[in-house]
Amino acid sequence: MDFEILIQNILNALQWGSFYALIALGYTLVYGVLLLINFAHGDIFMVGAYVGFFFAILFTGNSFIQIPFDIPLWLVFILTVVLSMIVTSFVGVTLERVAYRPLRRKGANRLYVVITALMCGLILENANLAFFGASRRMFPELIDKTIYTFGTISISNIKIMVIITAIMAFIILELIIRKTRIGMAMRAISYDRVAVPLMGIPIDRVIVFTFVLGSSMAALAGVLFVTAYPVLEPYMGAIIGWKAFIAAVVGGIGEIRGAFVGGFLLGFIEIFVAAFFPSTFRDLIAFSLLLLLLSMKPTGLFGVSRSTKI
Amino acid sequence: MMHILHKYQYFILYILFSVLMVFSAQQEWINAYIQLVIMYIGINIILSSSLNIVNGYMGEFSCGHAGFIAVGAYVTSVLNVWLFASDRVFGPAILGEYWALTLFPVTLLAGGLIASLVGLLVAIPSFNTRGDYLAIITLAVNYIVKSAIENIQIIGGARGFMGMRKVVNAMQDVWDIPWMMVFILFFTGFTVWIIWRFVSSTYGKGIIAVREDEVAAEIMGVNTRRMKMTAFMLSSGLAGIAGGLFAHVLGYINPGSFTIMKSTEVMVMVYLGGMGSLSGSVISAVLFTVLLELLRPLQVIKWVVIPLMLILLMMFRPEGIMGNRELRDFFPKHDKK
Amino acid sequence: MNKTKRNAFIVTLCLSAIICTPMLWAKTSSIKIGFNIPLTGDIPKVGEGSKYAAKMLEEQINKNGGLLVGNTRWPLEFIFEDNEAKAESAIAASLKLITQDRVLGIIGPQASKQAIPAGEICDSYKTPMISPWSTNPQTTTDRPYVFRGCFLDPFQGPVAANFVTNEFKAKKAAVLYDIASDYPKGLAEYFKLSFEKIHGKGSVVAFETFTTKDRDFSAQLTNIIRSKADILFTPQYYDEVPLIVKQAHELGWKNPIMGSDSWGSAELMNLCGNDCKGLFFTTHYAAAGAKGKTLEFINKYRKKYGYTPDDVAALTWDATRLMLQAIQNTKELTGSSRTNRRAIKDQLSKIKNFDGITGEMTFSPEGDPKKCAVVVKISQQGKFEFFKSVCP
Repeated sequence: MDFEILIQNILNALQWGSFYALIALGYTLVYGVLLLINFAHGDIFMVGAYVGFFFAILFTGNSFIQIPFDIPLWLVFILTVVLSMIVTSFVGVTLERVAYRPLRRKGANRLYVVITALMCGLILENANLAFFGASRRMFPELIDKTIYTFGTISISNIKIMVIITAIMAFIILELIIRKTRIGMAMRAISYDRVAVPLMGIPIDRVIVFTFVLGSSMAALAGVLFVTAYPVLEPYMGAIIGWKAFIAAVVGGIGEIRGAFVGGFLLGFIEIFVAAFFPSTFRDLIAFSLLLLLLSMKPTGLFGVSRSTKI
Repeated sequence: MMHILHKYQYFILYILFSVLMVFSAQQEWINAYIQLVIMYIGINIILSSSLNIVNGYMGEFSCGHAGFIAVGAYVTSVLNVWLFASDRVFGPAILGEYWALTLFPVTLLAGGLIASLVGLLVAIPSFNTRGDYLAIITLAVNYIVKSAIENIQIIGGARGFMGMRKVVNAMQDVWDIPWMMVFILFFTGFTVWIIWRFVSSTYGKGIIAVREDEVAAEIMGVNTRRMKMTAFMLSSGLAGIAGGLFAHVLGYINPGSFTIMKSTEVMVMVYLGGMGSLSGSVISAVLFTVLLELLRPLQVIKWVVIPLMLILLMMFRPEGIMGNRELRDFFPKHDKK
Repeated sequence: MNKTKRNAFIVTLCLSAIICTPMLWAKTSSIKIGFNIPLTGDIPKVGEGSKYAAKMLEEQINKNGGLLVGNTRWPLEFIFEDNEAKAESAIAASLKLITQDRVLGIIGPQASKQAIPAGEICDSYKTPMISPWSTNPQTTTDRPYVFRGCFLDPFQGPVAANFVTNEFKAKKAAVLYDIASDYPKGLAEYFKLSFEKIHGKGSVVAFETFTTKDRDFSAQLTNIIRSKADILFTPQYYDEVPLIVKQAHELGWKNPIMGSDSWGSAELMNLCGNDCKGLFFTTHYAAAGAKGKTLEFINKYRKKYGYTPDDVAALTWDATRLMLQAIQNTKELTGSSRTNRRAIKDQLSKIKNFDGITGEMTFSPEGDPKKCAVVVKISQQGKFEFFKSVCP
């Protein structure tokens, strides 16, 4: 196969996989701490994208609230990302407080919490549809697109930014988990939930922190996604969320390295299948491969098997 | 004679009810829209009770039920259109209308059979995995089935498959009664009966044992593998039958109807009714379908209200409407002394 | 019988009574027309345009006391159902309109993906249906009760192929289309057929597919650029075109991009911006340069809703007026929906030289009108400019 097409598709796959990786990181963080599959996470990604959209049009003077001065576009972008991460963390924490915590307090079966998560996701999607209407929105161009060409390989600066951001986010997360005390607490909870409060660690605070981290990752992914693919719609988080979840599980849920690798793996499979086969085979091959991987290593690539004592 | 009537009272009541339904439909006392709702209720009853076997009685977390529905729907539809209707792809009908009527249950069961074989795909991994990992596997199987259908261009792929209406018309050429209503009523009764028998048998006790404590059940001599296999196959087979019925009521199927959303809807019905309660699944299927229709004027807000109600349900009454009790617990049998 | 059994019996009886309550035979006092349109889903602007145009017509006629059929004036009642741009919802909407609302006829669905299955329902329930915008032939084939208000893809494909040959001197073409939707798949194939008839087999050097709701086309576009085609033809809807065009440019595509009538939405430029300027597409009408009744419609719509109506709105206006004209031609409405619907269908097939704002219409035996296509250029100001007209 042509070397240049290979490189181009590798770059395509790296970008596409970055989104899956960022979202999968959020799933893994919450699962590791709460043993909860937060099915609403894909919709948190959507919320992040929409919040970013509203901030972007606010700062570029296109919404009905006018700000009295002009802000340079690169600053708008940074503000959008940061503010979106903050607001989306609020949404994630609210979800935790309102929906998951009461069930956790009652000691409800994990199953019920998962159903609740599913329902929360549906509410987010449809509330968006109901309140903001069905019209598609376009995310304003905040970054001047420059395209770098090497022979027949083209890469835009946005693509580079997405890939680098994903890698940096992963490195920062790794640092937090491995080097900080609260990271240690998160790891501790995933090992033994009961013992942790006995050791004097405020478990609720750690859980809130986890949700903040996870939701910010999703929001970051959301804003980056709409920078690269500027059309927003209420159901954009649904399919991507489910696929990122499967990627997180294949990578080994509970392990952030697994989520990261799993996300890129899925991205690579999807892009390369689309490059060689008709696109309808993409989902089929991707999921069959993932199923195969899971059956060979049921706990995922980086996963640690949990033993239950009888 | 009275003794027999008493013993089979539920059968007789149901048959009388069905005859009344079909007659009303035929005479158009109830309009086509209400007929449609009743047919959907029947299909949903089959779906929710079949999923209840695996998710309720056996305590697994299977989120891929829509895959089995899809298999049943497509197998039955393709067989029927090929045999009984003239179609652009398959050519003229091979067999005549009388055959359409007699073989329709056969093709339905064929769809169910293939669906139960696909259920094996999920059953075998379930021997070793439980909980969240099984959820992923069922999810993946659902997606794989949907993608596989999308790639079979000869039956329309992602653009869907039509022609079932001609099959129903062929059946009505023989005797003009609402056949789909008849078949749905029959198969709903059949499903409830067979699940009731299954759950009351050793198999039923076996799968409940697996739910409570799999290791202990294994130690006590329960063949957990056989239990799981039977449960999954029965569940997916019934779902396949429901799929075949669904396809013929609607007249058109496409893979997009059988995604995670559909699986989620069925799961909602199961958890609403109560895991491990057959009458719960039946009641919740009726309630859910009627609710969906009643809330139709709300349009989009409907899908905000329904999840909200479910969340409230999870918080305040997580065991669902019936918990794991049955209707019989409310209307206990009194022996005549 | 003991108490619990009696209660159970009463409950069952009540339930049956509720279900079997006979439908109140409300005497129809208005003319009900159903609209099966995508108000939510992937292409909501299409649904919006249809609804607005229809509402404008409804108000106009009801202001004069209603539609005159024979000697009676009947008020109009338009019922709008959302098909969410999904096939099964389109079927459910049709069933509801036909059985519950007992409409005399249905306008829509617009996209072929919903129009084809919904057409089967309307045909088997013997209810006349006009799809204003669906161009795929399957919508009306073998269905006496289904009509359409626009041209067909077997006509549109060659128009596009000829245009790119003459205008851009293209010898090699690439196509990117959604294989999961009837309209793009059908049109892509018609385009390929006619392009290869002109330039020989294999002149369509890239025939890439994606699935509905895909967002990333980098793999397919990489193949397309590699194929060194002269033009890219992408018959997609207005929510996908911006992504395709932007990504093509990002990957270094510099040649022209050709579109089809699904591009023509009022929202395209909002979503696309600078990337779409200078591109071409085929469509049903061009608002700029309109005259006479067409201009009247455009001005009225613009005044009421604030933006220039797109082709969907104009076609819906014509399709609804066609249906109403057929109703008027029946000269009398009886109490039975069945007879009315049959009479309307018969009148529809007899309509000749109907004066529509999108062109003159006479239905073929299949239910399709012969209409001209317009090639539109997207100007540097982002407006849809009339470029040329092609008639059969």
